[in-house]
Amino acid sequence: MAHPAPSTFTGAADVIAVLVLLTEFAMLRAPLLRSQVRLYAFQSLVVTVLAIVVAATRHIDELYVLAALSFALKVVIVPKIVLRLLSNSEVALAGSSAYGVATMTLIAIAVSIFSFFSIGALHLQSTALPSTALAISVAVVLVAFVLIILRSDVVSQAIGFFSLENGVSVASLVVASGLPVIVDVAFLFDLLVAVVVFGVLMRVHQGRSKTLSTDSLDRLKG
Amino acid sequence: MNTVLIAIVVIPLVSTIVTWWTPLQASRVVTVASGFAVFVLSLTLVPSATSHTFLAAGPALRADALSVVFLVPTTFLYATTAIFSVGYLHPPSGDAGKRYTRHFYAGLNAFCWAMAVAPIVNGLALLWVAIEVTTVVSALLVAIDDTDGATEAAWKYVLLASLGLGIALLATIVMYYAGTRVFGSSYDLSYPQLLAEAHRFPKDVVRLADILAVVGFGTKMGLVPVHTWLPDAHSEAPTPISALLSGALLATSFYAILRFFQVSMRCLGPTYPRNVLLAFGLASLVLAALYLLSQRDLKRLLAYSSVEHMGILAIGMSFSAPIAIVGVLLHVIAHGTAKGTAFFGAGSVVRKFKTKDLLRIRGGVALLPWSGPMLVLAVLGLSAMPPFGIFRSEFLIVSGGLSDPHDAVAAILVVLVTLAFFGLSWFTTETMLTPAPAMLTARLKRGETSRFIVVAMVLGLVALTVIGVHVPGQLSDLLHHAASELEVTR
Repeated sequence: MAHPAPSTFTGAADVIAVLVLLTEFAMLRAPLLRSQVRLYAFQSLVVTVLAIVVAATRHIDELYVLAALSFALKVVIVPKIVLRLLSNSEVALAGSSAYGVATMTLIAIAVSIFSFFSIGALHLQSTALPSTALAISVAVVLVAFVLIILRSDVVSQAIGFFSLENGVSVASLVVASGLPVIVDVAFLFDLLVAVVVFGVLMRVHQGRSKTLSTDSLDRLKG
Repeated sequence: MNTVLIAIVVIPLVSTIVTWWTPLQASRVVTVASGFAVFVLSLTLVPSATSHTFLAAGPALRADALSVVFLVPTTFLYATTAIFSVGYLHPPSGDAGKRYTRHFYAGLNAFCWAMAVAPIVNGLALLWVAIEVTTVVSALLVAIDDTDGATEAAWKYVLLASLGLGIALLATIVMYYAGTRVFGSSYDLSYPQLLAEAHRFPKDVVRLADILAVVGFGTKMGLVPVHTWLPDAHSEAPTPISALLSGALLATSFYAILRFFQVSMRCLGPTYPRNVLLAFGLASLVLAALYLLSQRDLKRLLAYSSVEHMGILAIGMSFSAPIAIVGVLLHVIAHGTAKGTAFFGAGSVVRKFKTKDLLRIRGGVALLPWSGPMLVLAVLGLSAMPPFGIFRSEFLIVSGGLSDPHDAVAAILVVLVTLAFFGLSWFTTETMLTPAPAMLTARLKRGETSRFIVVAMVLGLVALTVIGVHVPGQLSDLLHHAASELEVTR
């Protein structure tokens, strides 16, 4: 069976999704917490561009509002909050990891391949929807898990969660762009609240243990 | 337009705002009043939810029998926890105490607001939003005591629960995608629409959504292997919050899973959604039963008992007999009531003995003349002893399971529940009934720390006994109604 050439929209969505995944890999190997936050801001910017592309090609005007909100929140406010938190911290600006860069990247590649095959196995045959972008966004989610599991400092773990949300955003933009915009705004608002809570807890942790590392969080067991 | 639904949304929200500004005494009164108002309002929904197919207020609020089954125990715990908190919470005087009071009471009301709203919103998207709100509010409440343990527990909780909800959001989006085949690219995820057309959704996509939802919301429900935050958060949070986490929050997450279950049943037929829940349920029950045998911390013991009961709920849903489903829904109510009461008792013990270590607590029944015996009764209730509600609900689940073609699962269920019974009741009865050494009785005078704790526990035990001895007719109708909503496959 001959495959039809992908449409411009599919092509654009796939390229953007790949960029988001590559940024996720870059976050995984970024040694400094600061650069990790900047990579997150860049990743959010790419997701915002995707929202604009979807809004323009599918003529969904509400998505422009969403893009604006997502830009303000994820590209400007969240990175700013986290960077301020880092500048208040005098200790351990370099992230920590249990494994070397090579091992982490290999594990991330393995989980990405897993997600490509498992989404591929669903046989989503739809001309209107780019299923490649869906597979990539699931890969972003899984690599974010790798980041959270292998990095042992509160900033990387929080950033891991935020970037996981970016992965879900990509999925939502490509397969559920018609979702009522009020729901999208509710999702974004929830993210903002979550950021505040993560911020509060990071500060509490930093205040108590004088470090950003999660190594001391091992008292509760059994 | 149903004004009761609107009132249930508005009242706790107003008390959240009010308690942020009022001093301790006023916050106590407002919270108790708000809890009881919402509980009574939710009781008034019971007869109407069975006589109508559903109640609605605008496009966003909708309550059917299944919603009300989850709303009633949540609001009951809201009311009793409000009373318990009056007796339990003694913040220090001064600014620190004022700040603590404000955070605690505003947080408590906001937490209960989100949990009361979750079952009555119309649609999977709004449901996700409500459950995410419960996470962020409760994470702050877990951290409120500002100890090393509380900070660690709160961090683990917020991280794991957020990741779980990230997966649950993906499940919601995948379900949305499944619906676009039928409804076109723009629609809202409201239940009537989804349930009416679910049989036309693409099956593979719904399978993916179902398992993502069970893993995602299962993280908040405490299903093994994604339960690891649960014992930490339950043991380190202030006791009123532990009671709400265990009795109401876990059930709310189970409610979300059931909504996905409902759609999956209509699309895929019964086998797949039941097997997914069976796998997670068995894992939870096995692990919890083993951990219950080796616990030395009173609140962790109760936390693992929650994992056990969530496992029972998941297994119960995998049985095909309608009576098992009725049992599961009754179990939601009975477990909320019993676990709340047990945590209230644990709070009384912790206040008295200043420790959660089961090896250092002795003579609880003698030193705490009311809450001591009632804690023993609540724990026996949790272990499914008659005449308490959990006996009846587990009996229904097991008898449903035995009529199943695969009755081996019901046999395994009985064995594991017995094992859990030994762990739970052995340690608590030993702690509470062994006479205290003379040194301890001399230091701690016989007597209750607060009569409000006793009142909250009496209310819980009365409710638990009522649903154990004789389920009121309207409640029984409600349960059967909700069970039939869950069973429809096509």
